[in-house]
Amino acid sequence: MASILRFRKLCILVPVKCSPVSYESHDAPEAEKKEDSPISAVEQVSEKPQVKKNKRQPKQWRCIDKCCWIIGYICTTWWLILFSFNCLTANLPGLKVPEPPGARLRREGLTALHPVVLVPGIVTGGLELWEGKPCSEGLFRKRLWGGNFAEIFKRPLCLLEHLSLDNETGLDPPGIRVRAVAGLVAADYFAPGYFVWANLIENLAKIGYEGKNMYMAAYDWRLSFQNTEIRDQTLSILKSQIELMYLTNGRKKVVVVPHSMGVIYFLHFLKWVEAPPPMGGGGGPDWCNKHVKAIMNIGPAFLGVPKAVGSLLSAESKDVAFLRAMAPGLFSSKTLGLQTLEHAMRVGRTWDSVISLLPKGGETIWGNLDWSPEEGHVCDSLKKRQLQASASDDKGNNSDSRRAFHVKELTKYGRIVSFGKNASELPSSQFSPLVFKGSSTNSASVSCGKVWTEYNEMSHDSIRRVAENKAYTAETVMDLLRLVAPKLMQRAEAQFSHGIAEDLDDPKYNHYKYWSNPLETKLPNAPDMEIYCLYGAGLPTERSYVYKLTPSDRCKSIPFQIDGSADGSNSCLKGGVYFGDGDESVPVISGGFMCAKGWRGRTRFNPSGIATYIREYHHKAPTSLLEGRGLESGSHVAIMGNVAFIEDVLRVAAGASGAGLGGDKVYSDIMRMSERIDIRL
Amino acid sequence: MSFLRRRKPPENQKPTHPQPEPELEEEDNKKKELTPNKKIPKKAEERVKWSCLDNCCWFVGCVCTVWWGLLFLYNAMPASIPQFVSEAITGPWPDPPGVKLHKEGLKAKHPVVFVPGIVTGGLELWEGHQCAEGLFRKRLWGGTFGEVYKRPLCWVEHMSLNNETGLDPPGIRVRPVPGLVAADYFVPGYFVWAVLIANLARIGYEEKTMHMAAYDWRISFQNTEVRDQTLSRIKSNIELMVATNGGKKAVVVPHSMGALYFLHFMKWVEAPAPMGGGGGPDWCAKHIKAVMNIGGPFLGVPKSVSGLFSAEARDIAVARAIAPGALDKDLFHIQTLQYIMKMTRTWDSTMSMIPKGGDTIWGGLDWSPEEGYRPSKRKKHRSNAADCSADNENVSTESKARNIVNYGRIMSFGKDVAEAHSSEIKKIDFRDAVKGSNTANNTCRDVWTEYHDMGLVGIKAVAEYKVYTAGEVVDLLNFVAPKMMARGNAHFSYGIADDLDDPKYAHYKYWSNPLETKLPNAPEMEIYSMYGVGIPTERAYVYRQSPSSECYIPFQIDTSADEDDKDKCLKDGVFTVDGDETVPALSAGYMCAKGWRGKTRFNPSGIKTYVREYDHAPPSNLLLEGRGTESGAHVDIMGNFALIEDIIRVAAGATGEELGGDQVYSDIFKWSEKIKLPL
Repeated sequence: MASILRFRKLCILVPVKCSPVSYESHDAPEAEKKEDSPISAVEQVSEKPQVKKNKRQPKQWRCIDKCCWIIGYICTTWWLILFSFNCLTANLPGLKVPEPPGARLRREGLTALHPVVLVPGIVTGGLELWEGKPCSEGLFRKRLWGGNFAEIFKRPLCLLEHLSLDNETGLDPPGIRVRAVAGLVAADYFAPGYFVWANLIENLAKIGYEGKNMYMAAYDWRLSFQNTEIRDQTLSILKSQIELMYLTNGRKKVVVVPHSMGVIYFLHFLKWVEAPPPMGGGGGPDWCNKHVKAIMNIGPAFLGVPKAVGSLLSAESKDVAFLRAMAPGLFSSKTLGLQTLEHAMRVGRTWDSVISLLPKGGETIWGNLDWSPEEGHVCDSLKKRQLQASASDDKGNNSDSRRAFHVKELTKYGRIVSFGKNASELPSSQFSPLVFKGSSTNSASVSCGKVWTEYNEMSHDSIRRVAENKAYTAETVMDLLRLVAPKLMQRAEAQFSHGIAEDLDDPKYNHYKYWSNPLETKLPNAPDMEIYCLYGAGLPTERSYVYKLTPSDRCKSIPFQIDGSADGSNSCLKGGVYFGDGDESVPVISGGFMCAKGWRGRTRFNPSGIATYIREYHHKAPTSLLEGRGLESGSHVAIMGNVAFIEDVLRVAAGASGAGLGGDKVYSDIMRMSERIDIRL
Repeated sequence: MSFLRRRKPPENQKPTHPQPEPELEEEDNKKKELTPNKKIPKKAEERVKWSCLDNCCWFVGCVCTVWWGLLFLYNAMPASIPQFVSEAITGPWPDPPGVKLHKEGLKAKHPVVFVPGIVTGGLELWEGHQCAEGLFRKRLWGGTFGEVYKRPLCWVEHMSLNNETGLDPPGIRVRPVPGLVAADYFVPGYFVWAVLIANLARIGYEEKTMHMAAYDWRISFQNTEVRDQTLSRIKSNIELMVATNGGKKAVVVPHSMGALYFLHFMKWVEAPAPMGGGGGPDWCAKHIKAVMNIGGPFLGVPKSVSGLFSAEARDIAVARAIAPGALDKDLFHIQTLQYIMKMTRTWDSTMSMIPKGGDTIWGGLDWSPEEGYRPSKRKKHRSNAADCSADNENVSTESKARNIVNYGRIMSFGKDVAEAHSSEIKKIDFRDAVKGSNTANNTCRDVWTEYHDMGLVGIKAVAEYKVYTAGEVVDLLNFVAPKMMARGNAHFSYGIADDLDDPKYAHYKYWSNPLETKLPNAPEMEIYSMYGVGIPTERAYVYRQSPSSECYIPFQIDTSADEDDKDKCLKDGVFTVDGDETVPALSAGYMCAKGWRGKTRFNPSGIKTYVREYDHAPPSNLLLEGRGTESGAHVDIMGNFALIEDIIRVAAGATGEELGGDQVYSDIFKWSEKIKLPL
């Protein structure tokens, strides 16, 4: 403080005299001589008496002085700005943030009623180190994941080693223990300033929530769901916490708010808790009905996300592909020995949980070579709105004609991965049937073996054959992954299943690997429970990919990459990615289908007729920078700051029912899309 | 930091002052070289002007650059260098106990529960008034305490509780920070539990097998359950950990006031449902393997008396002696002590540590269990020990007999009174004194300390009673702060039970007093008293009336009361005795040394007890060792390697016998013998 004050005094004087100097002094010292004349002119005018005095004691501006001077100048201004910023923000009327929904609802008389359980999704939860290799010294109980990620830049390889899991077991590698951060801090902010749950927590607190009736069910999101119980007893802890909150809050049932992957994690929990002890939690058949009032799924990835395919196949998604298109060679070049993507893939492939996000339900849900539930989806309406917002409309003038064109050329979303843009558009009759032959003569050079991605074990032949098969649907993509990463899939398929159950009463469905797939489990017998699907819509969301073989595969670990050059002027194809409607990560079909159709009414997946509600939040970009990530955002994580969303959660937590909220609220075509999906209910 | 800033610049400036001469030469050279171009010499002269402002900027720049440079070097330096350097100086460090025991093959076995003490747990804001905007879920207590300086009054307002109920004031919710972070570090760099946690982690402990039973240490124990359901939470967590760890019973490690809190918990959990937790009569036997109390003030601490009476302890008294008036001046309208008192008097928990057991335990006017304690006698083998004694071994037995300190007189007005024989003291009973005639002026009203209601008569009556023993101190506090004590008496009790089977002892206010409760029926449980000794600890005070008592706390510790005879341990108005700087050894050790030893009426099932003392040794090397690995001080003991080793061994399955039973340095057993308490 004191130092700031001291320098502030200086800076009040600074602008008067020094500003021209600072402007010019950015040049190299050689240029000094030229600059000097204006300075001296200024100073001669303003400080004549001093000039004479100084002449008697001549000193010189040397390079180093000049540098120091500049740095001092910058620092001082910086401090001044920082100081005034700290002083002013609270008082400036222009910067007033609109009243948070919690405060408004409190005035309406809402108070905390039902305890709230928050279940974070993948990636957003913090991980901390409990035991590590020598290279991680000093990081005990420091966050490796989440927080400021400073250590990733300091010792990247060490960090990656600690974040990886064991290849065989999917559990800790020997000598390393990385655990989930516990408590609300686990996922309130992902990185400083980037809120995840913080907004919701703050608003809940406004109507009276606090530590005793709010619980963050943090879990290690890298593990498969059942393994979190085996290693950390996370499910048992969650069960015990819900029971405790139920008891200590006057036997009020809990409202569960899972986000993203947390949704299927909690689905797994619902089955686990009622299953008998050795495999399950032994809570008895009415545990859910007794303890859970409502599940408010945010951005639910019930049926998986196509993004997961992209990340497993080539460790990239839209953003990476876009970057590669902008700066080709950035990721591929081996300069500096960086193999960013390869390392990311190596680490990512040890995480079982990623597998849980692969598209479920196969062609029935996601469409086949010729058909998809979203077909006819018009991206232009999306695009147009965006373009209007940014006022740089150069294509929108002929949208009518293009829409006509669209009807003819339906985007074939069903082809989740296609090799080459052509393959994504051709009619299906031109494809040869899929044949995978396990001819795995290892021809990859050994020198590349440092980064383990299983691609090393594939021959060039089989890689080429993979590409020749041209297009893959949600079902055949699983075969592709099995071919490309046999060990990973073998490990993960013991934990997760991605099919559709024919007969839900088949005893095999008692196994835990089916519990997180809504299409292979029954909901618990809890007629009083409510299930909400809350998600954003109106953002282009990755739905399928155009791939190509990596051009030079001399020592490439990843032989495929998204074809960033594939741009469709007429369709939703951009940078090698087909976009559908969704919240930027989860397509609406995955987020909404179960609530819209799969569980609606009494179906075989929902035998007790649990009420379901769809609440969509249409995305609106923030109008000004001051709003941060927007009060009406619909994107996957920023939706947690959406005012309408927060209000819904608060109302339910304070006792409202789904009907009280106003039932369904739909903007997208989810109802129509669901109708097109032909599934026995 | 500021030290660096101030020091560096002069070094950098030096070159500039002697510069002119060499530079003149340079300039001449330049002139010679550049003679063809006549403009340049002229410019060189014009260029010379250093305005004050430029100088400042230059100066700031230099400082910044040097600072950044150092910062960069510091960050780039491998983490092992400080250790390397220190090992070069002092020889190799001993392995931390966790590593050592890990090598021995010890593994995590029993789940561990930590119960933090008063003050060390963090508190965060959940709802506040306007002035606390932006502090949502920020720490008000613990952490950096930045807000104390920024908005002190707001802070005091939020930290205070309601006067009447001892619960939240309307519109304010301050709650304990949950999880291990609650008390691992009190402020950055000042560890509390962190060292213990790190060492437990070495043998395999992690979040699922360690639980920090954080509670709001400001409110009374039963109120933590009423308001936050903290006791239920602890019960549920212990049950969960025992269940998920294959039925291994928990090892509980309470620190300081946490020891009382956990005592309360053990009674609560077995009591029937409306008042208790309804765990049934064998809950403790089923779920708890050992209770390892660290510095537990079972019988209270004299410090709390002075804290409640005049909001000061030795540290403040010393500060006042050094800079008289600093704390009393009304300058800037800062009434620090008054505000502190106002705030702390709303905290019920401070009353849990008022000395318990009255004169029987703490001694009467002429008698005290510690009488004859001479620090020099015990200290002779440790010349470096920091205690109040010089080596005067040759005190004659006569003078010793005469000089026996009357520790029993917890508060005395005037040094002479503290030393006089009881028959010489004229006491005028204060209890009947009329308080009326309120002379306190209304301007002091905003600082509420209840002293205003006393009036001059009351104040005088208090001073005229001269001497207070432990039993009378409670009466005194009742007289001085009736409202506070009315609240406190509903939650705590300070007596000794005559008949423990009396149904009145089923009330929760007796649960945290070991002299008024039976231990649970858990014969396999073990209770440890682990505490530091060898540090002078506040035991009794010499008080005086404040010179100007119009708007101030009317009493203060008489810091002029000093004693040359160091064996009497009177310094700055405080009599000290052996202990861990906060808790006297008597309070921490008596119950385990005698009160609960064997089958007594307080311990009907014969739970095994162990006394483990840790002799204090100051850190040999201030810079590198921090707060020492052999410290015995109340909080620093949590970094004591011997203590950590004991805890880890027990957590890994050892029993008290295997640790080596009792380990005693002080005279605790002798003192305990002197206490005549029917067992």
